[in-house]
Amino acid sequence: MSNLPNHQRIVITGVGLTSPNASNLLEFRKKLLAGQSEITTVKPRYMDPAPAGICTFDETRYRKKKENKRGTRAGCISVYCANEAINDANIDFSEYDRAKTGVYIGLTEHGSVETENEVYNISNFDYNTDYWTHHHNPRTVLNNPAGEVTMNLGITGPHYSVGAACAAGNAAIIQGVQMLRLGEVDLALCGGISECVGSFGIFASFKAQGALAEHEDPKKASRPFDRDRNGIVISEGGCIYVLERLDKALERGATIYAEIAGYAMNSDAKDFVLPYGPRQAECVELALERAGMQPQDVTIINTHATGTKQGDVEECKALRQVFSDCPDTYINNTKSHIGHAMGAAGVLELAGNLPSFTDNMVHPTINLDNLDPACALPNIVANLPKQLDNVDVILNNSFGMLGINSVVIVSKYRK
Amino acid sequence: MTRNEIKDLILEIIKDIDEDAEFDGLDPDKPLRDQLDLDSMDFLDIVMELRKRHGLLLPEDEYPELATLSSCVNYLEPKLADK
Repeated sequence: MSNLPNHQRIVITGVGLTSPNASNLLEFRKKLLAGQSEITTVKPRYMDPAPAGICTFDETRYRKKKENKRGTRAGCISVYCANEAINDANIDFSEYDRAKTGVYIGLTEHGSVETENEVYNISNFDYNTDYWTHHHNPRTVLNNPAGEVTMNLGITGPHYSVGAACAAGNAAIIQGVQMLRLGEVDLALCGGISECVGSFGIFASFKAQGALAEHEDPKKASRPFDRDRNGIVISEGGCIYVLERLDKALERGATIYAEIAGYAMNSDAKDFVLPYGPRQAECVELALERAGMQPQDVTIINTHATGTKQGDVEECKALRQVFSDCPDTYINNTKSHIGHAMGAAGVLELAGNLPSFTDNMVHPTINLDNLDPACALPNIVANLPKQLDNVDVILNNSFGMLGINSVVIVSKYRK
Repeated sequence: MTRNEIKDLILEIIKDIDEDAEFDGLDPDKPLRDQLDLDSMDFLDIVMELRKRHGLLLPEDEYPELATLSSCVNYLEPKLADK
């Protein structure tokens, strides 16, 4: 239980998401417990087909086709997720002021899709820039997805993106928590979005790095911790949370999914792409310290592991160091189901685990046929869900390029 | 292109911008912006499509000529006469 006063305790009261296997939390949870991957293949421009996760949500539920055409894919996903989250939280803006609502969207990158499309477009006109679209700048400014949300919902508080590679989703949650605690906003819509399946450059760069997953069955391509893993499955997706202060949430009778118990971010300060376990361990320890918790207090660790040879091993080293004596702590991985949704990864993966507070199940890591000895942590929940007596605390890892590490710890809400 | 073909071209471009656009009852002599869900960015799309489809490089100070369906046809007729 937190020692903070209720106006400093921040809770999650709404979830809106789209993932490559679901368009709402209920469906997402069902697929995760069933181990049902819907990873397919895409053919990036100029490249051979590759495994990828594609979202199939109702794109015109909250705005018109014309607006989707005007905006970006990231904006379209953001608008869907934000509206779903607001509806889920029963927010109608009678109790909250739109001017005191903040929108914080985590992005791994933004603008690659639009830039590649426009270069391709002008290639059909002998690279004459007179044919370059006037939509390029408003689509590629870094605040684009968050800005599209504010225009759609009439939110006049602050909006911006948090750029933190694949730690961006967690980073946006942290931003929301901080802004609520500072009193800058009264309501925060925060999460992460990825449109990167539309960018051949992202596929080609992972391929050049030897980190793009290959498998004859795309559903089996994302296989963290497995001996035969060979890289990342790129996915699009999005997840946005409604965060608010506990006192207000109780006052309006909101359903509370979880409380943000602790968080931390740090930097490896070492390498552009290679992760570094010791610094990840420090990040986990700092988050636990801020939450006032011991490692034994954590029920579920949702790992970042992406299915790369070295990345998975480094994270396992970090977890082995911190959780060396935690027989009741269970480990899983959501990317094995949905691929790597980049900026959306951390928040989507956390969302997929939130229902554990009510169903006491740990969703499995799938495609784990032969556990890599270097990843052989105790209590990895493999291929079938695990029923527990009680789930109190979930720790969510999310790491990214340039050595950015993030950890968010959420706990079951208790008075 | 004939005047009718130019009119159809403009409506086709608008339909590409907004699939939901309805042209029933459209007054050719009233501003398109007052009758359809179009803003300044959409008019730039019309200019760009004319450039892409027919190589027309319209000077910026002449964009107001595209205000109504009739003014579009009048303005574009000589430019598209041999297209």
